Amino acid sequence: MQNIFIKYLNYKNMQLTEKIGFLVLFIFLLMTLFPNFVATHDPLEQDIISRLQNPSLNNIFGTDELGRDIYSRCVYGANTSVSTAFIAVLFALIVGVSTGLFSGYSGGIIDEFLSRFNDILFSFPGIIIAMALIAVTGQNAISVALVIGLVDTPIIFRVTRAVSLQIKVLPYVDAVKSAGASKYYIMLKTVLPNCSNEIFVQALLIATRAIIIESSLSFLGLGIPPPSPSWGSMLSIGRSYLYRMVWYGIIPGIFIMMLVISLQFVSRYIQRISKYSNS
Amino acid sequence: MNLLLEVKNLKTQFIVQQKTINAVNDISFSLYNNEVLGIVGESGSGKSVTVRSILRIINYPGKIVHGNILFRGADLLSLNEKDLSLIRGKEISMIFQEPSAALNPVITVGEQISEVLKQHIKLNKKQAKEEAIKILKDVGIPAPERRYHDYPHQLSGGMQQRCVISIALACKPKLLIADEPTTSLDVTIQAQILSLIVDMVKRLKIGLIFITHDIGVVSQIADKIIVMYAGKIVEEGPTSQIIDNPKHPYTIELLDSLPTLSTKKGVKLKEIKGQVPDLFNLPSGCSFHPRCSQVKKICINNIPNLKKINNKRYASCFLY
Repeated sequence: MQNIFIKYLNYKNMQLTEKIGFLVLFIFLLMTLFPNFVATHDPLEQDIISRLQNPSLNNIFGTDELGRDIYSRCVYGANTSVSTAFIAVLFALIVGVSTGLFSGYSGGIIDEFLSRFNDILFSFPGIIIAMALIAVTGQNAISVALVIGLVDTPIIFRVTRAVSLQIKVLPYVDAVKSAGASKYYIMLKTVLPNCSNEIFVQALLIATRAIIIESSLSFLGLGIPPPSPSWGSMLSIGRSYLYRMVWYGIIPGIFIMMLVISLQFVSRYIQRISKYSNS
Repeated sequence: MNLLLEVKNLKTQFIVQQKTINAVNDISFSLYNNEVLGIVGESGSGKSVTVRSILRIINYPGKIVHGNILFRGADLLSLNEKDLSLIRGKEISMIFQEPSAALNPVITVGEQISEVLKQHIKLNKKQAKEEAIKILKDVGIPAPERRYHDYPHQLSGGMQQRCVISIALACKPKLLIADEPTTSLDVTIQAQILSLIVDMVKRLKIGLIFITHDIGVVSQIADKIIVMYAGKIVEEGPTSQIIDNPKHPYTIELLDSLPTLSTKKGVKLKEIKGQVPDLFNLPSGCSFHPRCSQVKKICINNIPNLKKINNKRYASCFLY
């Protein structure tokens, strides 16, 4: 387990797109962790006199309708997006993996019940459930993140359940059982570590989904409440200025796209590597 | 000699597509302390299911229908899962036929041994590691300190089987079940693993149930042999008597099919005619009658019972 990260981050195994993916992801990580170093302005600092400026040396992507620096708002928007996605994925992993593992390993009526409940969640488009739940829970950063997490939980549940169904009939599970392991020991120490590759890849994929859902919600005005910078809400406002300054409506979109595509590349790489190491 | 294990009228069924298969059909046997019992039979004769029933690791759709399995007086079939897990690995442990499949691929072998020790003997992490290294050394793994940190895929088949054996023997059980432990290994390694198992069993003074389809192997190590066919015991008795004087036609043919030193070059080895019966539709009467060379009219419609031939011998055949 110690050398897993060394194995995953060996750049010699990567294709060009995957290298770019990692690089872009790394830049976004920097934006998330140290936005004040990457940004040039305070994202909330208004300067009404110099509103809707064209790109210049001072404001590289220009300024928005309240005179705030668009570049800095995009950088802080990365913080919002990535941390929302992180909390969402964490929530989805905790709930999805524990129920999926239990359901897959135990089987029987509990499995049936959890799976059908999961199917119900799955049958609605994610964004609709998210909107309905946000209307109930109210609009704040944590509840938005948790709602997105809940929407993504069924995917993790399904993957975990499917893989643990495969693992639980393998001979080494019988071997561990014959050595006196309890049910929970088998689930956590035998089945779970053997599902971790698939779950990890799926977690990266739902992270991209979480970013898109968060941006969509913000675009519709249901996401992280203003004045916190968020790509989705910037896109939504930028849309009204599309004829005056095209870049305001495009740049946040490019940020979303870059983050999502880089995550896709990284998850594809990890999928490739884990397949390779399994066979 | 004390009775270690007694299996009475064990019946294990598999229900597949609404049809019932009796994988183990009403078998009884017993094992004394320090005794080595060999179970022989062709593939599909119910050997593995029998021993898996003892530890109750029959997977769905299998089910133990009735019977008693008394281990030192306690009925394993009436214990709950929790009490049973105290016996599995501690009192009775098992070696599986495919070592590469019986080890968890994502945990180091050393850790897998220490986990058993932590579970059953309540050792702390450091003691468990020391003990595990000692056991690895006992089963003949060179450089055990280094091997402790290896993952199963880094070891060869023979080494993996040694690790499986060390997991099984870590807690010094009273009974070891070896389910075709040498089948997937090559011949030289087979001999090494076999002698390792026999040595360890002698040293720890424990009972052994050894399953194989190689009657030659079992004749070297077992005190007592059970021959199984289609889920039933067809013959039972002390090894020397079974080898020298087989009673049941199936055992006779099984022994005849072995090559001996006097077998001439170019002479075809004998085989048992026909195939193992399909458990979905067993032949009427004695399951062996379509392949039997001494078949009589009575065999076709009547099922023979296991009959006592002399003081220790049993056979289920109408010839006796």
